[in-house]
Amino acid sequence: MTVLRGEGVSSGIASGKLIFLRRDAPSPVRREINDPETEISRFNEARNEAIRQLSKLYAESRAVLGDEHALLFEIHKMMLDDLDYRESVEGLIRSERVNAEYAVAQTASQFADMFRQMDDLYMRERSADVLDVSARVVRLLAGEEVSMPKGSEPFILAADDLAPSETARLDRGRILAFVTMRGSKNSHTAIFARTMGIPAVVELGNSLNESLDGKSVFVDGEAGTVYIEPDPKTESELRSRAHAAEERRRYFERFRGLDAYSPSGRRVLLGANIGSPQDLNLVLAAGADAIGLFRSEFLYLGRDAYPSEDEQFDAYRKAAEAMAGRTVVIRTLDIGADKQAKYFELPQEENPALGMRAIRICLTRPEVFKTQLRALYRASAYGNIAIMFPMIASVEEVRRAKEYCAQVCSELKSEGIAFNSETQVGIMIETPAAAIISDILAPEVDFFSIGTNDLTQYTLAADRQNEAVQPFCDVHHEAVLRLIRMTVENAHKSGIWAGICGELAADTALTDTFMEIGVDELSMPPGNIPEIRAKILDR
Amino acid sequence: MKTFEYTIKDPNGLHARPAGLLVQMAQKSASTVKIARGEKTADLKRLFAVMGMNIKQGETVTVSVDGADEEETAKALNEFIKSNF
Repeated sequence: MTVLRGEGVSSGIASGKLIFLRRDAPSPVRREINDPETEISRFNEARNEAIRQLSKLYAESRAVLGDEHALLFEIHKMMLDDLDYRESVEGLIRSERVNAEYAVAQTASQFADMFRQMDDLYMRERSADVLDVSARVVRLLAGEEVSMPKGSEPFILAADDLAPSETARLDRGRILAFVTMRGSKNSHTAIFARTMGIPAVVELGNSLNESLDGKSVFVDGEAGTVYIEPDPKTESELRSRAHAAEERRRYFERFRGLDAYSPSGRRVLLGANIGSPQDLNLVLAAGADAIGLFRSEFLYLGRDAYPSEDEQFDAYRKAAEAMAGRTVVIRTLDIGADKQAKYFELPQEENPALGMRAIRICLTRPEVFKTQLRALYRASAYGNIAIMFPMIASVEEVRRAKEYCAQVCSELKSEGIAFNSETQVGIMIETPAAAIISDILAPEVDFFSIGTNDLTQYTLAADRQNEAVQPFCDVHHEAVLRLIRMTVENAHKSGIWAGICGELAADTALTDTFMEIGVDELSMPPGNIPEIRAKILDR
Repeated sequence: MKTFEYTIKDPNGLHARPAGLLVQMAQKSASTVKIARGEKTADLKRLFAVMGMNIKQGETVTVSVDGADEEETAKALNEFIKSNF
C-alpha cells in the first residue's frame, strides 16, 4: 500500500480504478508558413469555434455551478475576443511566419507570465484561465479533442491539473473523484468540485504519476489522502466509512424538498447560516428553506475603509434574488470582541466580549449604521429580506435601532427609491438579559433568533475561546435550555416567530427538545440541513 | 473629453468578472475610453490591458472618455464602477 498526501478540496470517500487523463500538452511545434493571411484566418476560425464552445459551456454549467461561477466562461470568451490577445497572435504569425498553433501557445505563455508575476494571489490564478482558453484554440487548430477515458465503469480521474472548463464538464455519473498533481485550494477547479459534490484531492505533486494508471485506489477528499492498492485492513475500514457516508447521503436525499413539521404539526423552517454571497450555491444545494443568518461582517473585515452603500446593496440584493422569495435574515454589523477592523479605531478593551460590540457600536455611530440600513432596505425591493440586530440587552436599544430604520425608510421614500415597507425587523437573543425580558421585547419586533453561542457563554460565564474553561461550557446546560424555552414561549405569546441560529441548531441531540419547545426555525451551516431535515421528518 | 475619478473599495480590487463586464461596457461605446492609475494608462476596451494594471483596493483610478458619446459613456461607466468596485 502507498499513501499519497495532498490537499483535500472536496470531501467524500471514493474508490475505483485510477485512470489518467491523457492529452497532448498544448506545446505545439513551430513550423514555418508561407501565407500568413491564410494562417490568420485559420486562427480566427478556431477562435470563433472556441467562443461558440464556451457559450455552450456557459449555458450548460449555469445549471451545475450557478450563475456566479459559470460567469468565468464568459470571461474566457472575452479573453479570446481581446484585441491585445488577437494582435499578439496575428503579429507573431505575420512577423515570424509561424503556424497559428505555435503563435497561440507563445501568446498564452506571455500573458500567463504577466499574471504569474503579479503580487496578488487572485491575479496569479488568472494565468490558468489564459492557458485554459488557449489550449482550447490549439486543440481546435490541431483537430484534437480532449476525450475523457473510455469504458463503462465509473473511475477516479487523475491528471496533472484540471482546467476549470474541464471540471465543469465532468460527468458526475462516471467520475467518482479526481486527483491532481498541481492545483490549489482556492482555484476555480476546487470550488467547482465542492459545488458539484465530487471528492477531490489536489497538490499531490510528482508522487502521482502515470505508473499508477489502472491501479485500484481510495480517495479521501476530506483528509486529502489517496491510498494506492490499500491493504485489506485499510481497505475494509475505508469501505465501511464510504459505505456509511453513502448510506447517510442517500437516506438524507429521501427527504430533500419536503417541508419539515414538528410532531405537533408546527412548520419548522430549516435555514442556512452564511458569511458571504459566495456561499449561496451551497445554500441552494442543501435545499435550505431560508437564510436564517447572513453575517454582514464579511463586508467590513479584511479591508481599510468602510464599505459603500452600493457595495453592500449589491451583496444583499444578490442573496435576496438567489433565494427567490424565501426569507433572507441579514444580521447588521456584529463587530468588536473577536472580530476587529482597524479603520473602526475601536479602543483596546480589558474584556472585549463584554465591551463595545455589535449594536452598541452601531448606535454610537449612526452614519455607519444608517448606511447599512439604507443598503438593506434598498435590497428589500428584490426579495424577502429581514433585518436583525445583534447583542440586544434592552428595550431601549431596540427602539433606537427601529428609529433609525424609520428615518432610513422615510429618506428612501422622499428620494423615490423602491423598498419593501413590510420588511421584517427582528433581534438576536444572545444576552441573558434579552432572554429574560423577551416578553417585553417581543411586542417591539417581528421575530427573535436565538444566538446560542453567545447566550451560552454569557449565561455560564465561560469564555468559549478559552480552552481551560471548556469543561464549564456545557452547551446542554439546563440554564440555557430554560432561557431558550422562555424566549420561544414569549415570542408565541406576542404572535411572532422564534428561531435558533447558533451551533445548537444543528445539534441532533436537541432536535426533539426544540420541536417540543415549538421553535419555528433552525438555522445552521448549509451542510447540516439534510441531516436535520431527515431527523425531523423520519419518525 | 469627460473624466472622473474613483477609489476602489472592493477588497479584491478590479477583479476578473466585474472587470470583464466593465470592458464589455466600454467596448459598446463609440468613444475612446482609457483608465489610468498614476503614470500607467490602459485602454478600457482591452481586458488583458486592464487586468494587467492589477488595480487594487484603495487605489484611485481616472477614467477618461473622448468621443461622440462621451457624455452617456462616462455616466454609465461611473455608475457601474461605483456599484461594483
